[in-house]
Amino acid sequence: MSELVKRYGLGITTAMVLVTAFWLIVMVVLPALVMVEYSFHTNVPVTKRGGPEDYYTLDNYLSLVRGTDWSTWTFPNDFRVFLRTIWGAALVTLLSLVVCYPVAWYVAKLAKPQRAAMLLLLLVIPFWVNEILRTFAWYIILAYQGPLNAALLGIGILEKPVRWLSGSGGVLIGMVYAFLLFMMFPLINAIETLDMNQVEAAEDLGAPWWQIHRRIVIPHAKPGIAVGCIMVFVLAASSYIVPSLLGSPGTRWFTETIYVWFFEGQNWPRGSAYAFILLGLCVGFIMLMMRIFRVGLADIAK
Amino acid sequence: MSRDVELDHVTMRFGDFTAVNDVSLHIKAGEFFSFLGPSGCGKTTILRMISGFMDPTGGAIRIGGQDMRGIGPNKRPTALIFQNLALFPMMSVADNIAFGLEMRGVDKAARRKRAEELLDLIALPGSGDKRIDELSGGQKQRVAIARALAVEPQVMLLDEPLSALDLKLRQHMRAELRAIQRRTGLTFIYITHDQGEALTMSDRVAVMSRGRIEQVGPSASIYDAPETPFVATFVGENNVFRGKVTAAADGLARVETPAGVLLGRNARGMSVGSDALIFVRPERMRLDPADAGDNRVTRPVAHLDFEGSFANLVLSAPEGSPRPILVQLANDGRLGSLQPGAERTVGFAPADGLVLPAGELAKD
Repeated sequence: MSELVKRYGLGITTAMVLVTAFWLIVMVVLPALVMVEYSFHTNVPVTKRGGPEDYYTLDNYLSLVRGTDWSTWTFPNDFRVFLRTIWGAALVTLLSLVVCYPVAWYVAKLAKPQRAAMLLLLLVIPFWVNEILRTFAWYIILAYQGPLNAALLGIGILEKPVRWLSGSGGVLIGMVYAFLLFMMFPLINAIETLDMNQVEAAEDLGAPWWQIHRRIVIPHAKPGIAVGCIMVFVLAASSYIVPSLLGSPGTRWFTETIYVWFFEGQNWPRGSAYAFILLGLCVGFIMLMMRIFRVGLADIAK
Repeated sequence: MSRDVELDHVTMRFGDFTAVNDVSLHIKAGEFFSFLGPSGCGKTTILRMISGFMDPTGGAIRIGGQDMRGIGPNKRPTALIFQNLALFPMMSVADNIAFGLEMRGVDKAARRKRAEELLDLIALPGSGDKRIDELSGGQKQRVAIARALAVEPQVMLLDEPLSALDLKLRQHMRAELRAIQRRTGLTFIYITHDQGEALTMSDRVAVMSRGRIEQVGPSASIYDAPETPFVATFVGENNVFRGKVTAAADGLARVETPAGVLLGRNARGMSVGSDALIFVRPERMRLDPADAGDNRVTRPVAHLDFEGSFANLVLSAPEGSPRPILVQLANDGRLGSLQPGAERTVGFAPADGLVLPAGELAKD
């Protein structure tokens, strides 16, 4: 702080701090607090606000799991969507990691600098296009009569076309693609800093290629993997566009459930509660990743 | 068990650039062998070819008589110690040492036991659970050696592993490396640009320049009997006089130089009329010599570098030579008489001058 004052003078420093504080408090903290407050209220019409029917309750949170019967493995609708969202986001995260790791390894270490720069550019350019348009593009590619089916039929891999968009396949593919760079860049950054002498030393000591990755590259890239997984999981769990465009009625995402409670059910307290449950899920996942990869916030910030 | 290493007309080209040019050598089993040369002379390329990270574009490398072409570094009986050591920072000291054993499927208890034995060998007992960044430079060095020894290689390859250490530690580690080599009886192949390292540790040294081997031999012969102008000027200091052979008889050659006619050993049997260089070590130069005959040069003193037990007297360069004349003088208490600017006569006995065919000198 005193460093800032020394560099920019008291006036500018005060102005910067005030603007930042205004942004944080008015645009982020206050709306969130309003939502928190909402989420503990009963859902009553405006006319009954503050009346005897408007009281604080945990009901909005508890209603997610109400009716769950673990013995018969039956879940209420919203809870089923919630669990499927966790599972789906985790699967998207895992698929992204599997797809990105070899590419990141190639770009960071195997490719010559010029080619690596070229590849990075090729990775980035599609992301200059709006996310909705890119998702629509996948809608077309994956369509029953679309180019993917035509191509696979053409080269004889498929005997009859596949309905990609009727199961979870479309959502998974769309999300892996949509959040690819959020996995790719942390991985490339992390792998880039690995001293290749360590890879050669391991090879010299008798390690086959997969052991080199298991024992040397992946442990070194752990902070990058953690950051990538956190980014992709959080983005996937809170994604709305991809599941609504590429999903089918059987693959509703939890974000869609929240939307429905807010705008179709007109039940803002319930919607707010669910939104905070989703936030809690994401925070929980971040902490889990930090525990699993034994990285601190400082490692991630790097 | 240790093995011999044979380089049979080994050549390595990268595009138009020839990094190693037709090198043939036989490194004996159990020998401490050094490659000495300036950076870019091809010595590291030779090491990488022996360790298996690259195959030569021409010729063959045989270890224990077996052709190594196409055999990867993880399948060769060699272990390489890297210049920056390349220890694995995310593993403990013991896991580093036992890494090669882990890759060979040795079970955990046996790995631990072997790691502890090696920690005893390198005088770091009980350090197995430490992290790498808790070790000092010299300790890291020893862990790297232990890690390489753990896989029981037949040939140890060392790529300037001491260059990152400070002077004292470096000298200590030289002795330690030599001791480990004697104790294990392994073939050690050592790469360095530091002549002190090469001369003190090695049974034999190969001096390299521009991808070729200039000379191979024991340390003393490299220093006392250099065969090329490059070796004469790269290993240790040497005074150089350039000229033409005017007479050759009885193992001596008379060379006419701009500084005068000088007489030296005709080690390469040069004939009259050929271009020659005559080399004299600074410690063989004498001030006001009695036994030098005509081998005298008189030049003004440029400066005197006092080193304690001895001093280096520098006379300004003789005519026709860019290099000043260096004379190493024992400190006899009378060095004060050598004032800059004063003309002094120095010389050398004919047996201390070495006449070689003209050729490329090492860069200063």
